[in-house]
Amino acid sequence: MLKSLYINPEKCTGCLQCEMACSYELEQVFNPAHSRIKVFTFHDAGRFVPYTCTQCDEAWCLKACPVEAIVINAATGAKEILNDRCVGCKVCTISCPFGTVNYNSASGKVIKCDLCGGNPQCASACPTGAITYIDSDATGLERMRNWAEKINTQYAA
Amino acid sequence: MKHIIIGTGPAGVVAAETLRKRQPEADITLIGGEPEPPYSRMAIPYYLIGKVGEDGTHLRPAAQHFDHLKIHLLRQHVTRLDVATKTLSLDNQQSLSFDKLLLATGSYPTRPPIPGMDLAGVVNCWTLADARKIAAGANKGDEVVLMGAGFIGCIILEALALRGVKLTVVEMEDRMVPRMMDEKSGTLLKKWCEAKGVRVLTSTRVKGVSEEKIFAAPANSAPASSGGFFSRLFKPKPAVMAEAAPTPSGKLIVELDGQAPLKVDLVICATGVRPNIDLAKGILETKHGILVNERLQTSAADIYAAGDVAEGKDFSTGKYSVQAIQPTAVDHGALAAINMTGGHNALNRGTINMNVLDTMGLISSSFGLWQGIDGGESATLEDLNRYKYINLQFQDDYLVGANTLGMTQHIGVLRGLIQSRTRLGAWKQKLMHDPTRIMEAYLARNTG
Ligand SMILES: Cc1cc2nc3c(=O)[nH]c(=O)nc-3n(C[C@H](O)[C@H](O)[C@H](O)COP(=O)(O)OP(=O)(O)OC[C@H]3O[C@@H](n4cnc5c(N)ncnc54)[C@H](O)[C@@H]3O)c2cc1C
Repeated sequence: MLKSLYINPEKCTGCLQCEMACSYELEQVFNPAHSRIKVFTFHDAGRFVPYTCTQCDEAWCLKACPVEAIVINAATGAKEILNDRCVGCKVCTISCPFGTVNYNSASGKVIKCDLCGGNPQCASACPTGAITYIDSDATGLERMRNWAEKINTQYAA
Repeated sequence: MKHIIIGTGPAGVVAAETLRKRQPEADITLIGGEPEPPYSRMAIPYYLIGKVGEDGTHLRPAAQHFDHLKIHLLRQHVTRLDVATKTLSLDNQQSLSFDKLLLATGSYPTRPPIPGMDLAGVVNCWTLADARKIAAGANKGDEVVLMGAGFIGCIILEALALRGVKLTVVEMEDRMVPRMMDEKSGTLLKKWCEAKGVRVLTSTRVKGVSEEKIFAAPANSAPASSGGFFSRLFKPKPAVMAEAAPTPSGKLIVELDGQAPLKVDLVICATGVRPNIDLAKGILETKHGILVNERLQTSAADIYAAGDVAEGKDFSTGKYSVQAIQPTAVDHGALAAINMTGGHNALNRGTINMNVLDTMGLISSSFGLWQGIDGGESATLEDLNRYKYINLQFQDDYLVGANTLGMTQHIGVLRGLIQSRTRLGAWKQKLMHDPTRIMEAYLARNTG
């Protein structure tokens, strides 16, 4: 059974521990700017929304890549960037309709959530349970996927 | 079932793989006219800067990828298509018959109708063969003119600059990337390039290119100025007698409209591409490209077209046009293959025109109807000193197009907002006020 990140914004207090943990895991620095998960703040509503890649089935990023630098991790289902293949063309950054693949000018390559190989540090670091890593079926990911279907250019027949 | 695909670019390769997935037993032949394995043109700029070798441009580099899929790869140029007999003629006189055919023949680069475009020192930047010529002829210190600052021109501009050439860019329109970016961002891009030491001449036409000829004084000695790419291809003949005709110096003279002529080693022509409809002309319905319906089917029932060559449905306008971008080529390839194998619901609901460009470190993007629409509204925000700019275009309360400059985070959500036709509601006003809040607008409108 594949697992997914389940994000419940109602529980998020905006502490940014997830961003810190992500940045440390992947870049060995505590710098939210390097985080693959981002907490958006809605001041008027007093609301925080952590946001990252849903590892969607459509995988627009993967399909658009001209050099096969994005592959699926069979164990976790994550769409992962192969750094030694990525040429930094950024086509995936405009293809992902969720805006969750970003260009990192320091490395000249793109970055995205890779579920930390099956042990996502954002979820471990979250003190309030706003981010959990649970069976995919339970995540309400369907809602995201339905939305994805709206913009899909293709139907599998 | 016998499927033939002409074209080994992304559209053709994705189509072949999709056919195989859907029909394990079908006979699939993939034909490419270039003397290379299937490759990605998009990777050429990265080959030019040494980030990847030639093999890094190859599509499906895994050994025997096509053999394993029982996709028969043919390196041949297709010279003729006969719809009545459903046959193709190849360069080697062979003929092949098909049940279903996909034309994924891409585009070819055009050259303006001016003198000198046939000289050996004038090259395109479209194929791997072109890239090899550029790699040989554009090296540190070489004088290079780049004709055209469109999307392809701007992409290779960066590669040329990194190769250390002395670069002059000549663009006849009033700004850079005129068909991708609005006036403000196109103008900022020019300023950025100039600040990085690239000479950019906009609103300027190249009138013609010619070989520089000089009277080589002492017999049998090479002219002093030789050494450019051109002279490496064509060894100037040594002058025999003092009164002999002048001989090529190895340099090219580029005549400009209203500017002093330039003396250069190499001219790279990136003035545009056209759909490669050669095989279809007079046989299938064509306009700019090959006309296809929502099933990517041409005017002949068993013949489909995909990618740069196809005039397919545009999401934003609902009309049919040639997009000539990688994501569309991939979408088309998959869709065409599904329809070639009897898919019922596989309609092209329209692909969105979008581009992202890195011009010497300044990143720009465009989506959909970035020029705006009649009766629409727009919001822009600029920080010219920091080379940041964003332009959003709305119809009622949804986003229909955008340009960004100097932004790298979450720009894909612009595609998402446009293509999902997300009603922005109150967020429209918030975006009018601060157009950078695109990610928040998406989250607020799409999550509970
Ligand atoms: C330098 C460069 C940079 C680019 N950068 C980007 C970018 O950043 N983003 C983006 O979206 N797009 C980019 N593009 C454009 C992108 O590469 C094309 O949109 C894409 O290649 C189109 O794919 P296609 O399969 O339709 O055609 P192509 O890739 O052009 O393939 C066409 C194939 O058909 C073959 N062929 C044609 N006629 C015949 C014949 N008669 N017989 C046999 N074979 C034939 C050709 O040899 C070729 O293999 C770039 C292009 C270039 C050149």
